[in-house]
Amino acid sequence: MIEVKNLVKRYGDNTAVRGVSFTVEKGRIYGFLGPNGAGKSTTMNIITGCLAATEGEVTVGGYDIYEDPVEAKACIGYLPEQPPLYMDMTPYEYLEFVGRAKGLRGDKLYKAVEAAVTKTGLTAYADRLIKNLSKGYKQRVGIAQAIIGDPEVIILDEPTVGLDPRQIIEIRELIRELGQDHTVILSSHILPEISAVCDYVIIIAKGRIVASDTLENLTRLYEGKNYVDLIARGDEDKIRRIIESIPGADSVELDAGEIGRVHARIAMQKEVDIREDLFFRFADAKVPILSMEFEEVTLEKVFLELTGDHFEPTVSEPEPTEEDVRMTAEEIFAAQAVQNVQKPTDEPAGEPEPAPAPEKAEKPAKPAKNGDDDDYKPLFGGN
Amino acid sequence: MSAVYKKELKTYFTGMTGPVFICFILLMTGIFTVVYNLQGLYPNFEVTVNQVVFVYLLAIPVLTMRSIAEEKHSRTDQLLYSLPMSVTSIVIAKYLAMVTVLAIPVCVMAFYPLLLATFGTVHLASAYGMLLAFFLLGASLIAIGMFISSLTESQVIAAVVSLAVTLLVYFMSGLSNMISTDASVSLIGFLAIACVIGLIVNAMIRNTVLALSVTGVLALATVGVYLVDSTLFAGAIPDILSAISLFDRLTTFQNGMFDLTAIIFYLSVCGLFVYLTVQSMEKKRWN
Repeated sequence: MIEVKNLVKRYGDNTAVRGVSFTVEKGRIYGFLGPNGAGKSTTMNIITGCLAATEGEVTVGGYDIYEDPVEAKACIGYLPEQPPLYMDMTPYEYLEFVGRAKGLRGDKLYKAVEAAVTKTGLTAYADRLIKNLSKGYKQRVGIAQAIIGDPEVIILDEPTVGLDPRQIIEIRELIRELGQDHTVILSSHILPEISAVCDYVIIIAKGRIVASDTLENLTRLYEGKNYVDLIARGDEDKIRRIIESIPGADSVELDAGEIGRVHARIAMQKEVDIREDLFFRFADAKVPILSMEFEEVTLEKVFLELTGDHFEPTVSEPEPTEEDVRMTAEEIFAAQAVQNVQKPTDEPAGEPEPAPAPEKAEKPAKPAKNGDDDDYKPLFGGN
Repeated sequence: MSAVYKKELKTYFTGMTGPVFICFILLMTGIFTVVYNLQGLYPNFEVTVNQVVFVYLLAIPVLTMRSIAEEKHSRTDQLLYSLPMSVTSIVIAKYLAMVTVLAIPVCVMAFYPLLLATFGTVHLASAYGMLLAFFLLGASLIAIGMFISSLTESQVIAAVVSLAVTLLVYFMSGLSNMISTDASVSLIGFLAIACVIGLIVNAMIRNTVLALSVTGVLALATVGVYLVDSTLFAGAIPDILSAISLFDRLTTFQNGMFDLTAIIFYLSVCGLFVYLTVQSMEKKRWN
């Protein structure tokens, strides 16, 4: 339905969008997720023809947005970030104007206006001046404007901003309903918003797509793993052997901390809980567990990590080609795993030595768990 | 296109702008008609119209100030860009709506010569020729005002700049008489114009080298022509100023002549500024 290839948008020296490519298929709800200033609105403005791209091309329903703008725009209903409303009109007049501009006439126009008003729940307010409506109702008029005339693609830029919780739920219902017979693209910087309604998620950060997959895939890949953070006293090799013997423990990272203490971060399948297993096996081996903490990876955390400052998507380094940019969630996860695995190599190679050098004592085993460590000290201090 | 046209026309008449504009022009024309034609017993309606022309100085900026500046200010331009219409048709629709508002008082004025004709002999042909020129002058000024409105987001700035430009155009022939007809003055004038062109080129394409070379070539050509034959430059600037003076053209019509070149000149100005407005709107997408 929509094909976006290598979109680049520069404002002077500032690059807002750097090589974004994706394809939108018919009849799905797409979520455009990213922090403020990530380039969501810019991308949407380019798709709808409100803004010209510096590089790249966009086709909507087979029509190029620059070559055949009128045909391409006829397939789109667009609600920009700030609803473009004429304050001195009533919703009826306004929708009539938009419908007429979209080429509707006579009976068809009247029916389309009625349908849009009913769908967005504006019936009681349709005769008041738009400037006298509350923000939520103004937003609804904006959505009504986007859906009038049943365009094939409906693009909504942050449609629930500034609405009260009840209105948010209503708008989400409406979007879900629209998604049954339209292609919907909506943008948001709030994850729950996207996960509540979208089938497919495109995560964008600093003008690049960092993940693009179905919600199920993202959830499975990212939320599929849980972690156990464990601190035990004992020999590193021994601990590794114990952990690796447990079914369900996917991978383990070991980090020798203060004298005799080893910090282990164990990734495990979501379905299984290996904590009991860990406890008994460590007990059998007479390796005392000093602390054990369970950590659940949510999509929220993944989103924060993907869009955070420290995350540099590996796609960015070479001039991004189409395949690079269309990295699936799987690849990104793999890339992250590589980063994680590589971390220990920063330290000196003499890892296997169980008794760490004194200067290592200052280095916290794992920053977050430091407090717990200190709590345990008096308990085991006598040993 | 018809959708935007209807919407624009409606906005002018749901607000105060349209009625105030029409009333102001009709009031002034009425006063002048009474003074010249009814009390002064002067049978030439074209003279009255030529006297009334100053109403444009105030009326046109008021009419044009909101046309595009307001769309930008309230972000409704995004809606227009996303609708299945070309920018050209949007601009033309807006322009035609304003010209329609202007046409209303002009149509009412068209009855005045007929009214006067019941009391004596009136040169109807020259009266209506003048009225047509008056209308086209207004249409040209509307095009200029719309272009200025497309350059800013603020209605106030649009109105003030339009007023300044209209005033400048109004007094242009007067100003041209004050400029010395000496060839060297024209030379300096042309060199200044070359610099201004260079600045515009620089602002538009942000290429200093190209802008400088354009200015250089123009300046060299000017100086070259001046050295070869300086008599060409004598009085050139005042001549050009009075040639492009919009208001001056009405004098021919007042003298009872139908000046086709003036008609074409007005239509060209309308076309040029509508085109520039389209470009200015397109540029916003490309910034």
